[in-house]
Amino acid sequence: MGSTSSTLLKIPNVEVLMQETGFSPAHMIRLHDRFKALDKEGRGHLCPQDFGAIKELAMNPIGDRIIGAFFCPGKETVDFHTFVKILAHFRPVDKNRPKEPNSPEPINSRSNKLRFAFQLYDQDKDGKISRDELLKVLQAMLGMQVTEEQLESIADRTIQEADLDRDDAISFEEFRKVSPEILHSRCFIKV
Amino acid sequence: WKWTKLERSTLINYIIICLLFLVCELNHSVTSVFPESSLLIMLGFILGGIVWGADKAQTFKLIPTNFFYYLLPQIILDASYCMPNKLFFSNLGAILIHAIIGTCWNAGTVGIALWACYEGGAMGNLNIGPLQFLLFGALISAVDPVAVIAVFEEVHVNEVLYILVFGESLLNDGVTVVLYNVFDAFVSLGGPKINAAEIIKGIVSFFVVAFGGSFLGVVFAILISMLTRITKNVQVIEAGFIIVLGYLSYLTAEMLSLSAILSITFCGVCCQKYINANMDEKSVTTLRYTLKVMANGSETMIFVFLGVSAIDKNIWVWNTGFILLTIFFVVIFRFIGVFFLNWILNQSRLIPIDITDQFVMAYGGLRGAVAYGLAALLDEKKIPEKNLMLGTTLIVVYFTVILQGITMKPLVQWLKVKKATHSDLTLNGKMNNRAFEHILTAMEDICGRMGDNWWTRHWNYFEDKYVCWLLLKSDARKHKDPIFGAFHKLNLEDATKYVTEGERKGSLDFIRNYDSASVDFKKKLALEYGDITPYITGIDNVPVTSVMKNPIPSVSLDIHEQDRKSLPDKLSAHHLLDQHLYKSRRDNRPTYSRSHYNTSENPDEMQEIFQRTMRSRLESFKSAKMGVNPAKKLSKHPKKDSTHKPNGKPADPHRTHPYGDEDFEFSADSASSSEIAGHFHRRSTNTPGAGVDNPAFIPEMDTSPPMRNPPWQTETGNNTAVAPSQRAQGRLPWTSTNLRHLALLRMSTRSTDSFVMADASLDEEAPEEKPGTHHTRL
Repeated sequence: MGSTSSTLLKIPNVEVLMQETGFSPAHMIRLHDRFKALDKEGRGHLCPQDFGAIKELAMNPIGDRIIGAFFCPGKETVDFHTFVKILAHFRPVDKNRPKEPNSPEPINSRSNKLRFAFQLYDQDKDGKISRDELLKVLQAMLGMQVTEEQLESIADRTIQEADLDRDDAISFEEFRKVSPEILHSRCFIKV
Repeated sequence: WKWTKLERSTLINYIIICLLFLVCELNHSVTSVFPESSLLIMLGFILGGIVWGADKAQTFKLIPTNFFYYLLPQIILDASYCMPNKLFFSNLGAILIHAIIGTCWNAGTVGIALWACYEGGAMGNLNIGPLQFLLFGALISAVDPVAVIAVFEEVHVNEVLYILVFGESLLNDGVTVVLYNVFDAFVSLGGPKINAAEIIKGIVSFFVVAFGGSFLGVVFAILISMLTRITKNVQVIEAGFIIVLGYLSYLTAEMLSLSAILSITFCGVCCQKYINANMDEKSVTTLRYTLKVMANGSETMIFVFLGVSAIDKNIWVWNTGFILLTIFFVVIFRFIGVFFLNWILNQSRLIPIDITDQFVMAYGGLRGAVAYGLAALLDEKKIPEKNLMLGTTLIVVYFTVILQGITMKPLVQWLKVKKATHSDLTLNGKMNNRAFEHILTAMEDICGRMGDNWWTRHWNYFEDKYVCWLLLKSDARKHKDPIFGAFHKLNLEDATKYVTEGERKGSLDFIRNYDSASVDFKKKLALEYGDITPYITGIDNVPVTSVMKNPIPSVSLDIHEQDRKSLPDKLSAHHLLDQHLYKSRRDNRPTYSRSHYNTSENPDEMQEIFQRTMRSRLESFKSAKMGVNPAKKLSKHPKKDSTHKPNGKPADPHRTHPYGDEDFEFSADSASSSEIAGHFHRRSTNTPGAGVDNPAFIPEMDTSPPMRNPPWQTETGNNTAVAPSQRAQGRLPWTSTNLRHLALLRMSTRSTDSFVMADASLDEEAPEEKPGTHHTRL
């Protein structure tokens, strides 16, 4: 990979990105190549159709929501910066990261991952998962065989389990409390 | 007083019975501390003492032939049949490295170290040459599957750790056999004659033996699977066939001087999926339990005999130095080897192996009967110190099985090794776990990383196309649906729970609820349970689950109704999540317990998800483009929409998806309602080469409700003729308003039926709606 450094320089703001996300140069190059490959028309940013072209996402029950998560509200495009930042959520955790007292939490911390998932559920971005939103997510994830009553009872039950302040919705804190530790160990991809 | 043959065999039988009885009795109080295997060895000591006292000679030795031919195969067959395949194959690389390199390392280092010590005079005067030390090293290096099973069974470590140790113990047989034979040959040849040619022959023979053995196992697996295809009429002895054929694979390999353990291992591992699918449930159960009985019996006997064999004056040649050094080196080099190999592996593993796990792996390198058997096979003429080696082997075995076995559990607890995960999650937990899995899969897809999935995907494809055709009965191919299997199992469990509950409360309860429940049942649940009725009702010797004492057919059907009313929602909600959550590709559901029915992925789920996604995308596209919310106007004439051609839809590239060109399969031959439930297996078609961009989808636009207002919520509005499109409508329960959901759209390249017909039929209330509505091709 002799051209590493030169390829790296082609990526705008690469130093900042690597700092923020913690990806290594090799990762950045891979991701940049992937970004370019997805961006078929060479516009320098991705739009929903580009994501739609990824076959496997159609096979994913919450694939569309995940695509939606890449796009900031109001924007129609994803640039490389955002792309990388979102993927950084799922980088393997560095066990040896020094704990600086004032540095912001790394992007791939457990809490940020949970926040990402929370945002997937919470479509209207009001900071709470209402019963309806939960119902929608359940519908997406459950097979067709489930009846409406069953779905509703599951949703009710789920909210009941998590809802501590009895407002019939799940806030981020409640969500966090109820998500088991198990997630942490499996929650990353290797780029 | 000499034992006559009859007396001997009677005595053996008594002993075995007593032992099994004792083992059961002692089960929980003592076995929490002492693993069964160590107890059995000690019992063997006692027994040996008795026989020795009576006879002054040890007549009950563990003869290697008996061990290798009659006692070992069934243990391996049972272990491989119940092996969690997914876990095994995904960790296969690590397992192989440990098995091959680890065993070679162990053999080599122990042999050389012992020889060095001998040369250094630590063992006094012995008649051993370096080659013999190597031979001894080879036979003592084998991690023993029997011992591993016996000890790890008590200690429920996490699945990955278990499969690594266990897999290694199974696969290292190839190496052990080769090393043993090679060194044995070298010893016969004598020192000077060994040159490069011999060594190369040795290496080549390794490949031949190992791969030959595995290949033979696979061949037998294929044979067994094909056999189960045609044994429908002799179901009672299906299980027998499999056991016999398994054993045959062992013997054949032995005959061809290939690795017999590898052969039988791969036979079991490869055929389990197909025979489980092909055979009737009863046969599967029979097979499973028979194998377990045989395996447990063999295991018990092996350990007892190991104990008995010790009480024999003839074999003991005590050499402190040799023995102590052996134990020391065995342990040390095991640790070194394991840590080193794991360190290498961790560089490329997705989930690195913990240090504590590694420690347990090293500590779990138990030697057992295989080592003893190999030692007993040594030829005294070639190896004058056979007895010394035999004695030492026995001591090493005792050390590992007893000492390490006893201390394993406390060690695991002390080190806080991750235990096998409980599935006691909350609903939230389950849902979030699954959501995360989907997220991660999606992220992986976005990154374009192939990872493990590449292999599994291609293997699945290959398997679906060729293997299943060859090895599965045509019925079985259709019924590969795991969700249904899991559902069915759950129903049976609920059924038995209900019966015991009912009996506990007194049968009056039973009868009282019987009537009211059954009435509702017919209407509500006919669909869902329609097709399990054949399983449960009408057959006297119904299940599998022997708790079913009450053969009243409708009882089982009522259960879910009762369940929903009486048991808290919690249970049903959990069940529902378990059953119905779409599986993600990362869904590794490793099963640790040997009796868990493993379910595999369901391609139909993919269809559902895919179609849903497409539909929702279409919807959002459509509403964006046309500014119309199609939700309300579902009953409008479809032809109107034919003029709307979606252009440049994002979904386009997907239509050429290689998802097979099969038409939907209809379950129902008859129009009877209950059968509609039966089908699951719709494979949606692509309409390849369709002139219009997406003919399959265009008509759907009409009837498909938008994502935000899914059909089951619009059921309250009577006018909304809901999308039957590709959905497995048949599985929805049958409430009066949902009847129109029952229509199943059939997608095929040649259907040209008018959509009107479909629409019209949707509005009918007639329950006997034939799921044969079609949609137009524009």
